[in-house]
Amino acid sequence: MASTEQQSPATPPASTGGTKTSRWRSRAFRGLAYQVILVVVVLLVGGYLAGNTLENMRVRGIQSGFGFFLQPAGFGIGESMIEYDSSEPYWKAFVVGLSNTLRVAVVGIVLTTLFGTLLGIGRLSRNFLLRTLCTAYVELFRNVPVLLQLLMWYFVLTDWLPDMSAALNPVTGFFLSKNGLSFPIPVWSAGHFATLLGLGGGIAAAWWHARRARHAFEISGAQWPVLWPAIGMLVAGTLIGWLVGGMPGAIDMPERGELNISGGGAVTPEFIAVTMGLTIYTAAFVAEIVRSGIQAVPRGQSEAANSLGLSRAQNLRLVLLPQAMRVIIPPVTNQYLNLTKNSSLAVAIGYPDLVSISNTTLNQTGRAVECILVMMTVYLVLSLLTAALTNWYNTRMAIKER
Amino acid sequence: MNNFKSIALAGLSIGVSALVFSGVAHAGKTLDGIKARNQLVCGVNTGLAGFGAADSQGKWAGMDVDVCRALAASVLNDPEKVKYVPLNAQQRFTALQSGEVDVLSRNTTFTLTRDASLGLSMTAVTYYDGQGFMVPKKSKIKSAKQLKNAAICVQSGTTTEKNLNDYFKAQKIAIKPVVFETLEASVKAFFSGRCQAYTTDASGLASIRNKEAKNPDDYEILPELISKEPLGPMVRRGDDEWFAIVKWTIYALLEAEEYGITAANADSMKTNDSPAVQRILGSSEDTGKLLGLDKEWAYRAVKAVGNYGEMFERNVGPKSALKLPRGANNLWNKGGLQYAPPIR
Ligand SMILES: N[C@@H](CCC(=O)N[C@@H](CS)C(=O)NCC(=O)O)C(=O)O
Repeated sequence: MASTEQQSPATPPASTGGTKTSRWRSRAFRGLAYQVILVVVVLLVGGYLAGNTLENMRVRGIQSGFGFFLQPAGFGIGESMIEYDSSEPYWKAFVVGLSNTLRVAVVGIVLTTLFGTLLGIGRLSRNFLLRTLCTAYVELFRNVPVLLQLLMWYFVLTDWLPDMSAALNPVTGFFLSKNGLSFPIPVWSAGHFATLLGLGGGIAAAWWHARRARHAFEISGAQWPVLWPAIGMLVAGTLIGWLVGGMPGAIDMPERGELNISGGGAVTPEFIAVTMGLTIYTAAFVAEIVRSGIQAVPRGQSEAANSLGLSRAQNLRLVLLPQAMRVIIPPVTNQYLNLTKNSSLAVAIGYPDLVSISNTTLNQTGRAVECILVMMTVYLVLSLLTAALTNWYNTRMAIKER
Repeated sequence: MNNFKSIALAGLSIGVSALVFSGVAHAGKTLDGIKARNQLVCGVNTGLAGFGAADSQGKWAGMDVDVCRALAASVLNDPEKVKYVPLNAQQRFTALQSGEVDVLSRNTTFTLTRDASLGLSMTAVTYYDGQGFMVPKKSKIKSAKQLKNAAICVQSGTTTEKNLNDYFKAQKIAIKPVVFETLEASVKAFFSGRCQAYTTDASGLASIRNKEAKNPDDYEILPELISKEPLGPMVRRGDDEWFAIVKWTIYALLEAEEYGITAANADSMKTNDSPAVQRILGSSEDTGKLLGLDKEWAYRAVKAVGNYGEMFERNVGPKSALKLPRGANNLWNKGGLQYAPPIR
């Protein structure tokens, strides 16, 4: 908008009216006018479509409205992190669906990041076997459609794993079968507050140590060990907290029942297949991004690091990765978004994600337009949030001129 | 991504179809449309043997398909003039609402919500059913009450999900539903052993066991029926003439059985002494006129698919592959529920 007064050089001198005409003709004004017209047109068309749809639905006796969200859902959901009962309203079922979507997205994003980074670095390895394996992996998994991969993992899990009655029991407390993976979980007791507090203390100490180490390095160039002491502090803090809390040790062990394995924590084969499938697929893309990010750092940087006597690991950690990050983050964000959106394919293999819940609701209530609107809004918000978060991180990582 | 596209498409198609088909309700009646294109468009199952399934040559057969054929025979004088549109559980109502099909004849349960809020009307019950369970024989489960904590595979978009919840909630038994979008996926998951039981309409169970199981004898259908599933064709609301035609064609097939008219004897029965038979076959009174059809509408329907009993026996009855007992679907005067209002 800074160019409001600026005239385009091609504008012929106005014969009459002087400045008035030229302002009307200014590029900025025209730009603004086009935008206003566009918004008005979009609103009109949108309004017309919405009005027409509603009117036609009314004429045909198709009921509409969001009121149904307060009605009892009346259907059960196979797995949920939140307490849910079928007598609760539809909106609660949607929240459960959303939580299941987020569960896949969060676990998937963390695993994809770790796995993708390792693969990306592996592709640049000097070890021929490792490099070739990583390349083969990337080429294979990024070129097979993700829906097929999900179906494949699911069929592998449900076809090849034993029935529940013959569940694999590799380690005490762990059961793996067609019905999923059951594992022991600690039973929550008051004493665990102390454990958590201890963990918090450990994190604080580790953070403080890292800060001091950075400070020392900036002042004198002294390199303090950071990683191991930090881990030590975490473990020690947690342990002390646990001891102070009276060593709560109750553990909920899964047990073989008549028809099912009950107790403990459990993840279904649907969840495993979705998370595994999306991770394996998306990691292939992340690996490529990481590889190209590292390669985007000029060779001279590595050579300079070598001549300073940095080891290869130090070079990677201190010189290459920080610079590569700037190239890597924007496209990786895209992959995070893709993973989140692709999690909607979970419905194909019976995972009760947002789409699955929405489908059931849509079919029970007939409120198609409403359910689809809600679904679209939720995915839009999720995408915008992920983007905002990564943008924030990106600004933090950007080159700071000193 | 795919799903996104389909969601967007669904959204778009709802919007667009609302626009495009806004004319249908006002302008022409469904019957006029059918006559103009000389073809009935019938929404059927994607593949449920005995009810609606295409064979390898693309020829459709089944109870629900026969209803389409009977309709085409009475309206267009040719049971072959039908275009079949396979619809899965989720697509079916939208397809009917938008005018993509003239009638939905696809093992669809009549419920209040569907009747009152979707802009659709239920015609006549062609099959009285109830929801049941199928389990592998080797599991030794003999009753649904033993399914505590079991994973149960079900297809979404059906009445099945809610019934499942209702039943086990009343029994205070916890179960884990595993919900799939398509019939294939849910059936595959069950046969692979992911679920301890599969649930849907008992007729559907018989069909799936017979058609999809590697060895049908390895599976057992439990005795409990946990719901009422009156299945029958639905039409769009607001076209009472077409609604009446669909309804009365089904009643005609039932009345035909009641009076002993079959596909084979329909011609000779025309001169039968019974006034009721003559009325059905159109050799005396013209009942078709009242429906906007001709005198022989019912005669042609029976001639095309046989009476209701023949239709049942051929597609799903004890001598067919599905071996379903006639049970509740017997005529009212033979201890069943099938009771057609008189053609008079
Ligand atoms: N009668 C129930 C269930 C009908 C139904 O869709 N059954 C399933 C399982 S037998 C089916 O036919 N699926 C075939 C498909 O969706 O393609 C209803 O109307 O909701």
